[in-house]
Amino acid sequence: MSSISIRGVAKSYGNTPVIHDLDVEIAEGEFIVVVGPSGCGKSTLLRMIAGLERITGGEIAIGQRVVNELEPKDRDIAMVFQNYALYPHMSVFDNMAYGLKIAGLPREEIRQRVDRAAAILELADFLERKPRQLSGGQRQRVAMGRAIVRDPSVFLFDEPLSNLDAKLRVQMRLEIKQLQRSLGTTSVYVTHDQVEAMTLADRLIVMNAGVAEQIDTPLAVYSHPASRFVAGFIGSPAMNFLEATLTEDGSHLGLTTGDRLTLDHRPDGLGGGQNVTLGLRPEDLLLCQEPEASLHLRVEMVEPLGADTLVHGRLSAGNGAASEGADTTLVSATAGLMTLRLPGTAHFDQGERLPLRATPKSLHLFDAANGRRLS
Amino acid sequence: MQKRVTFRHLTLPYLFILPQLAITIVFFIWPAGEAIYQSLLRQDAFGLNTRFVGFENFERLFADPLYIDTLWRTLGFSVSVTLLSMLSALLFAVMADHVIRGATTYKTLLIWPYAVAPAIAGVLWWFLFNPSVGILAYLLQGLGYDWNPFLDGDDAMILVVIASAWKQVSYNFLFFLAGLQAIPRSLIEAAAIDGAGPVKRFWSIVFPLLSPTTFFLLVVNVVYAFFDTFGTIHATTSGGPGQSTTTLIYKVFNDGFIGLNYGSSAAQSVVLMIIVIGLTVVQFRYIERRVHY
Repeated sequence: MSSISIRGVAKSYGNTPVIHDLDVEIAEGEFIVVVGPSGCGKSTLLRMIAGLERITGGEIAIGQRVVNELEPKDRDIAMVFQNYALYPHMSVFDNMAYGLKIAGLPREEIRQRVDRAAAILELADFLERKPRQLSGGQRQRVAMGRAIVRDPSVFLFDEPLSNLDAKLRVQMRLEIKQLQRSLGTTSVYVTHDQVEAMTLADRLIVMNAGVAEQIDTPLAVYSHPASRFVAGFIGSPAMNFLEATLTEDGSHLGLTTGDRLTLDHRPDGLGGGQNVTLGLRPEDLLLCQEPEASLHLRVEMVEPLGADTLVHGRLSAGNGAASEGADTTLVSATAGLMTLRLPGTAHFDQGERLPLRATPKSLHLFDAANGRRLS
Repeated sequence: MQKRVTFRHLTLPYLFILPQLAITIVFFIWPAGEAIYQSLLRQDAFGLNTRFVGFENFERLFADPLYIDTLWRTLGFSVSVTLLSMLSALLFAVMADHVIRGATTYKTLLIWPYAVAPAIAGVLWWFLFNPSVGILAYLLQGLGYDWNPFLDGDDAMILVVIASAWKQVSYNFLFFLAGLQAIPRSLIEAAAIDGAGPVKRFWSIVFPLLSPTTFFLLVVNVVYAFFDTFGTIHATTSGGPGQSTTTLIYKVFNDGFIGLNYGSSAAQSVVLMIIVIGLTVVQFRYIERRVHY
């Protein structure tokens, strides 16, 4: 078990930078999930920690040791690959024992360690099989087993669940979480799946275009996204974004529909009349009675999920009282499709107009220009 | 459920396979039958009188120490050619797999020798190793080695082995390279993380995963060395000096067309035919099922 320090790490291929100046301190035993869309540099970051990619700038330290120039084998890490990377010509036992044999451990100890790992992962009956005789979930477990037998100070996971079907993925996700808890090994886990990210992580690193947009606990990332990108990436269905303008006195937001939303405080450093991007989570839009309504949604489609109901629609202009002093004709086709998540089941007709409200606390404001969060 | 094509008329399907059948019969079955027939006959020295002798040609053949020598020589030759061409091809392929810049050029250059005709390859090496004008022979003599494939049987054998192996390196190279590139990168990376150095990785991961390719090439190369090296040998040493580079296939030619001993030559062809059938069986048995891992 060790901490990992990533200090000012950068990576470029030729003149193309893929990771810019990244700083993270990962504590001992922490489970860090790196999440982001394809091509954001998350796998490159993991491979740099593993020593499979050279570091262009900055330094990475595992424990107190700077590992920039160390070979993968000298970094005391274990990695689980997306395609598992099991040695197809070796039995499950030999797959797990490979690293131990190279390390020159006595035969008896190798046997013990593999047996222990196999017991934890319920692989004891499969030790003599070849990888191709195993199911996807079992292969995944062998890959995990190969990592844990070596008792490394760091586990690295490169999208380990993405080749599994949905049900197995949920199960393996829990197993990985439990395993990491019981072993207490510092782990870095790369995924593009936000559910995996939210459920596994002690802390999340949300990456976009080679930049860590936010590094925080999953709930903090969810409730206080640092940027419009993070707000849109984390959460499903995604957050709704609206163009809005701060009123002159700073107490309200004016929407293009003419509706006004009350703010509980004036955002820092923002003058009256300035444009902002307003973010609203689908579950933060609440159905209400007409007099309390500050927004109206015209229903276009309803998706009943059982536990929740998703309602998709477009904002529709408010009534005369709410649109006082604003341009009421501004309901264009580009006024975005919004999603509303209601608990339980509900029935709505297409074209129905729903009165909605949002509490001031649930409003997320982002700089219209650079997407940074405004507090 | 496999859907079968059914023909209403019986003649049509036969007409479809007729061209292939005709080619097989004219170019394979007929000559092979002729060889078998000839191997049972014996002609006098002037070709005036031919009589049926049964298996006498075969009996004489296997009683002939010269033939047994040739058999052993051919085995040695084949093993040497196979080992030399496969090992160098594997080495080149492993190295080419690491080349990033100019990889295509590098690979193309390595594939070129395959386009060279066997006789030309033979002449090429004959010149390179010619004791009077050859640059390689000159170098060897410079090193103090008395190189002369025209007089020394071992030198001649080395020469034909090199010339024959050189021809086959490209072919093996292609297969090895394809085999190497089919190995997922992550396996090598996993092994690197598991602590294996490059040499260990090669022998414990890469080489075992190449085994289907290796086995396939082994059979192909043995067949090549046995049957396809006539042109190379003919152009370099013509089987000499003495009998020192005469392989089974060369002896068929020599005894048949130079010595005009058709019966014996045909019997030798039949022996070769049996060997090639055996190798083909091995190939189908094991390669079709793959060398499993």
